[in-house]
Amino acid sequence: MTSAEPASAPSPYSDAAQRDVANHLGMWTLIATEILFFGGLFLAYCVYRGAYPAAFSAGSHRLDFWSGTVNTAVLLTSSLFMALGDAMIRVGRRRGLQVCVTLTAGLGVLFLAIKFSEYREMYAEHLVPGIRYGAAGPPQMQLFLFLYFVMTALHAVHMLVGIGLLGWLLTLNRRGRLSRDRRAPVSMVGLYWHFVDCVWVFLYPLLYLIPR
Amino acid sequence: MPPLNPPAPPSRGYLSDGTTVASWLCTRDHKRIALLYLFTITFFFLIGASAAALMRWELTRPNGDLMTSDTYNRLFTLHGVVMVWFFLIPSIPAVLGNFVLPLAIGARDVAFPRLNLASWYIFVCGGLIALYAIVVGGVDTGWTFYTPYSSTYSNSNVMVMATGIFVAGFSSIATGLNFIVTVHKLRAPGLTWFRLPLFVWAIYATSIILVLATPVLAITLALMALERGFGVGIFDPKLGGDPLLFQHLFWFYSHPAVYIMILPGMGVVSELVSCFSRKKIFGYKVMAFSILSIAGLGFLVWGHHMFVSSQSVYAGVVFSLLSFLVSVPSAIKVFNWIATLHRGSITFGTPLLYALGFLALFTIGGLTGIFLATLAVDVHLHDTYFVIAHFHYIMVGGGVMAYMGGIHYWWPKISGRMFPEGWARFSAVTIFVGFNLTFFPQFLLGYLGMPRRYHIYPAEFQTLNVISSAGAAVLAVGYLVPLCYLTWSFFHGKDAGPNPWNATGLEWQTPSPPPSHNFEQTPVVTRPPYDYPPL
Repeated sequence: MTSAEPASAPSPYSDAAQRDVANHLGMWTLIATEILFFGGLFLAYCVYRGAYPAAFSAGSHRLDFWSGTVNTAVLLTSSLFMALGDAMIRVGRRRGLQVCVTLTAGLGVLFLAIKFSEYREMYAEHLVPGIRYGAAGPPQMQLFLFLYFVMTALHAVHMLVGIGLLGWLLTLNRRGRLSRDRRAPVSMVGLYWHFVDCVWVFLYPLLYLIPR
Repeated sequence: MPPLNPPAPPSRGYLSDGTTVASWLCTRDHKRIALLYLFTITFFFLIGASAAALMRWELTRPNGDLMTSDTYNRLFTLHGVVMVWFFLIPSIPAVLGNFVLPLAIGARDVAFPRLNLASWYIFVCGGLIALYAIVVGGVDTGWTFYTPYSSTYSNSNVMVMATGIFVAGFSSIATGLNFIVTVHKLRAPGLTWFRLPLFVWAIYATSIILVLATPVLAITLALMALERGFGVGIFDPKLGGDPLLFQHLFWFYSHPAVYIMILPGMGVVSELVSCFSRKKIFGYKVMAFSILSIAGLGFLVWGHHMFVSSQSVYAGVVFSLLSFLVSVPSAIKVFNWIATLHRGSITFGTPLLYALGFLALFTIGGLTGIFLATLAVDVHLHDTYFVIAHFHYIMVGGGVMAYMGGIHYWWPKISGRMFPEGWARFSAVTIFVGFNLTFFPQFLLGYLGMPRRYHIYPAEFQTLNVISSAGAAVLAVGYLVPLCYLTWSFFHGKDAGPNPWNATGLEWQTPSPPPSHNFEQTPVVTRPPYDYPPL
């Protein structure tokens, strides 16, 4: 290995393959950070659900079961298209990638739209702790609803970032910068998107499926 | 007689590649980013130190007549917040780690140079927000932001300060992520894991902590701020929430954060001790594994901050035992440093003076940590000056001594110039004396029962407090002198040459200051680390 590169174009890598593995490790490290970021909320949820099972069940009753369920289906389907997009670019089908990523992003937007309408309904029903709250029920129900809003809103922020990244992929692909040999960005964004999905896979049962 | 044709001034490597402000503010060179961090954290150090000076001044008299209690509360919060998040945590990783790590592994830069620059900007943003919080009146919660005081009752700028820390946290995460990938993927050919210098091992372990602990702090502060903003939250006892949960989450970050401050120091000291005794480090692999085990154990001991918080006594016993366990790898390291010095060919250069200071002070700090980890003893010592003295022996006696030693050791590499050795030795000794004078009396004060965070105290504590304040003045001199001579030597010091200490390590195989791309030829490593010729 030699350092043939001039000082004006510093790149820490000796070739593209080395850069790709580094990027992958970077994304996995970021995901590790993210898990701990959500981890504090999951811990708080577990502690209080253990302490106040009845109040949490009552809070879960106030959520719209079907919105959550439909959203789970929407998000899992989006992940399917993300994985298909990755498979497409592996065999060099750039049009196929474009279609798959567009569908992924579209389903992501649909998810956020459903989430937003859910928030709006809860606002109308006075179920937003700290902003508009007037529900009858045990005081600890507010803990559940507070956690519901913080966890789903944090998840939604990650969805927004993911949709932005998908848009970036679409631009790259339109400019012909992705191909069978240059597909690292697709698997990177895919990793992130699947991670955000995984968070929801945990949120859905914890928030919506508490035994009635 | 001066030569007729004076030789061309030696190239100043990366320093002379662009001299405009933009060339610094838009740089992606890890060495320049390290210097940007150096300036920034030195600025914050001066702010934090000024707060400490005011507190020590106030404490020379028992009746608290210099300032109100409220001002005093804001001062110790300022001191804690600034020193922990804006000086100590970035100190060795972001300055020395950024500068030395890529050089030490034979890389051209860190893995993500743009992210590296972004991390500095994020840090500066966080710092400016924190400064704003200070300027508009400060915060009175203490650096720990315990709920429900911080979330409900405090009338100070908690939100702004928490935002500043939250933002700065992302800079830590970016730096940690960068270093992890750099160490994994950019090592020079032949540089296997067990040929890495211990400094690299230490920075690597620190980065893992940065990446895994910092996000927990971020979410905890966010939850506290939400509770403050909306008047409802999960730490609120009115709703059945538990303020103690905040402490658990906070210390889950903040105990590992102590290791963020000390582990890199251990790495630096390993380099210094080995180089200045001209010997291979004793027990290299054990040293590497003990760094990793300290990092791992650090995640399991947070409960020792909460022995008197109504945490269950069984949890207390477990946390106490786990805390004792940390002392095993720590002691192994101390013994191995001493074994390295044993029968070495020792030169008492300035960096070694700092390393020896580290050894002495870290040992005292570590041993008093065992007092505090002992459940029953901690009930007596909790929240007294004993705790203050203990963690200053670790963070300042350990962390800052190692940082100063590292700055002196790598200064010829950073600036290409030598510092004046006489002044440097003088200030190293001054810092050691001043430090002990400041903090040793605090062990006694704490043992006698003086609580922390009060500025009015019984008159019988005055003598020890005056000694402590006098020590702080000596310490201030010790810190100001290097600031002057290092700045002077940056421009006027005598030329250092590539390897003034005759040290092993790849960073010494390139000119000082290194060229922007670090190495003319990517080095190939064929030998173990610290391969000094036999004595």
